[in-house]
Amino acid sequence: MTFLTGWGRTAPTPARLARPRSAEEVAELVRRAPGRGVAARGLGRSYGDAAQNAGGLVVDCTALISWSLDETTGLVTAAAGLSLHDLMAALVPRGWFVPVTPGTRHVTVGGAVAADVHGKNHHVDSSFGAHLTSLTLVTAGGESRVLTPADDLFWATVGGMGLTGVITEAVFRCIPIETSRVRVDVERTRDLDHTLETMTATDDRYRYTVAWIDLLARGGRMGRSVLTRGDHASREDLPRGARGGDPLAFTPGSLLKAPPWAPNGLLNPVTVRAFNEAWYLKSRPGSFVQGLGPFFHPLDFVEGWNRVYGSRGFVQYQFLVPFGEEATLRRIVSRLSAENVVSFLTVLKRFGPGTPGMLSFPAPGWTLALDIPAGRRGLAELLRTFDDWVAEAGGRIYLAKDSRMAAGTMAAMYPRLAEWRKIRDEADPDGVFRTDLARRLSL
Amino acid sequence: MKNALGTVDAVLLLGGRSEIGLAIVERLVRDGARRVVLASRDATGGEPPVIGEAEVHLLDFDASRPETHGEVIDAAVKLVGDLDVVIPAFGVLGSQAVYDADPVAAAEAVAVNYGGHVSIGLHAARRLREQGHGTIVVLSSVAGVRVRRANFVYGSAKAGLDGFAQGLGDALHGSGARVMVVRPGFVIGRMTEGMTLAPLSSTPGQVADAVIAGLRSDAEIVWVPGLLKLMFAVMRVLPRAIWRKMPR
Repeated sequence: MTFLTGWGRTAPTPARLARPRSAEEVAELVRRAPGRGVAARGLGRSYGDAAQNAGGLVVDCTALISWSLDETTGLVTAAAGLSLHDLMAALVPRGWFVPVTPGTRHVTVGGAVAADVHGKNHHVDSSFGAHLTSLTLVTAGGESRVLTPADDLFWATVGGMGLTGVITEAVFRCIPIETSRVRVDVERTRDLDHTLETMTATDDRYRYTVAWIDLLARGGRMGRSVLTRGDHASREDLPRGARGGDPLAFTPGSLLKAPPWAPNGLLNPVTVRAFNEAWYLKSRPGSFVQGLGPFFHPLDFVEGWNRVYGSRGFVQYQFLVPFGEEATLRRIVSRLSAENVVSFLTVLKRFGPGTPGMLSFPAPGWTLALDIPAGRRGLAELLRTFDDWVAEAGGRIYLAKDSRMAAGTMAAMYPRLAEWRKIRDEADPDGVFRTDLARRLSL
Repeated sequence: MKNALGTVDAVLLLGGRSEIGLAIVERLVRDGARRVVLASRDATGGEPPVIGEAEVHLLDFDASRPETHGEVIDAAVKLVGDLDVVIPAFGVLGSQAVYDADPVAAAEAVAVNYGGHVSIGLHAARRLREQGHGTIVVLSSVAGVRVRRANFVYGSAKAGLDGFAQGLGDALHGSGARVMVVRPGFVIGRMTEGMTLAPLSSTPGQVADAVIAGLRSDAEIVWVPGLLKLMFAVMRVLPRAIWRKMPR
């Protein structure tokens, strides 16, 4: 038995871990599923309990890493355990980029499908599922099924948190790029309203946009943000000095390593306020050219950054409210600010259209993501209050980030849950695929 | 499943009418628990009490019939799924004078206070080990930390229970399941009605508060009130000649 947690390092549970080398081995493991069921796991970047299975079997898919690229169409066929990091390292020098990348490259293709991940380009390109042409899924009987967007099971699997089967392969369209750089515009906003107005008015001019919010700023500065927006740089965009080298060179790496141990409470209002102040001031408005790594994955810069929250771990709270419900967003931001909630990196993103994924998170509206140390007093109550506000506004919580929501709340936020359950029950009538998240949320 | 912030979902209370037990359950429900099983003698047929917004199930349970205990645990799992917190809260206090006069009654009380806990504890542990998570909250007592002349039948059963619970906790180490031993002093309530108060006594609500805090911090032993830990560090080493003269 191995104890597993998500990225937030909370609520560990033991499971038997298997690391199959092929899709056939996955099918064999599923056929011999133990009573407590089977859960698929990639790089463990879901924050909560999505890839844990207390007392059961966890299938670590990270040995499934084969891939191929059709250089004429940009179609990539990738095994589920391949990380976006490895994929980018292979694709970028060939002039291709993944259609969607979340804030870290260290997620697997299978995880990206199961969580239907989104990135800074959601407002134009939607989420990962929108770029898929087919999927291979090992279902409850241990058979491999190839699914296309015409299948209901396909859209129950995209965003389905691994509960319809083990994804072993995905085929998706990539986008052509001329360089491995991004042309970035940085802008600072005064307060939350200014942030929302600016994003609404000018987001469409960029493929990639995101706002970092200083949650500890109060009063007239509440919700002040740094807007970072960009597009893939063309060869002409590169500074003169950089044009000589390989425009597609891609050498991201983590430059720092978080210490193996950090005291609980290292991140407190004083240290985070100082960090936020420095970050806000450092982010001078202007335009420049930046590498793909620092632009898309600033957190990958520090390896194992989740350890700085100490042994008690942290929770990430990411919610969505539809357009027209900005009042709820304002209400939550002002409460967070009033309560002095310490959040290291709080990110606001304006979503475009979602995918047909039944449990998919993104939909048109605003999404805010924040990290909070789990030991904070009164946190459970505070987040439950937010859950209620979000549900009332017709919004929802991102399952890949969740580690604490109640089942009833989840059901209220995902109106297509019954439809999803029906398809899942047909595909897996005996409940072979089980995770701690599924138990907690009574999925 | 217990979530990232320590909120649990399903609770099984054995001795479903215990004041301390119910006080713990009420607090767990207030914190977000949604499913409760109250197991006690002749429970079914009655109307389940309203506890917050939780769904409450009743189950028949007789602590003195260990041969039925396995079924009780299985029935509870059937009702609510994985058990996050199991609280065996049944027990009889009785008076030493009565036990002195009626050894059969003494043996029966010990069978419930110790034997019943051993059997239900082992069955609960089997389930928790299988599911890979969950906590058994064992209500021990300072009476068992060092047994007193004044209530040595009750005290010796609690001493046995305390030892059993610690051993069980060690046996479960590494399985994901845990045991938390709770050692209250004198608890003011139905069980101790008519008795004179002892120093450092507490209410069922205070015991429950301490249990909740202990569950949150994954404590292994909880003293209620906390000061008793210090007091018993001294009491444990008092010379026998003095200890046997303790008035109660």
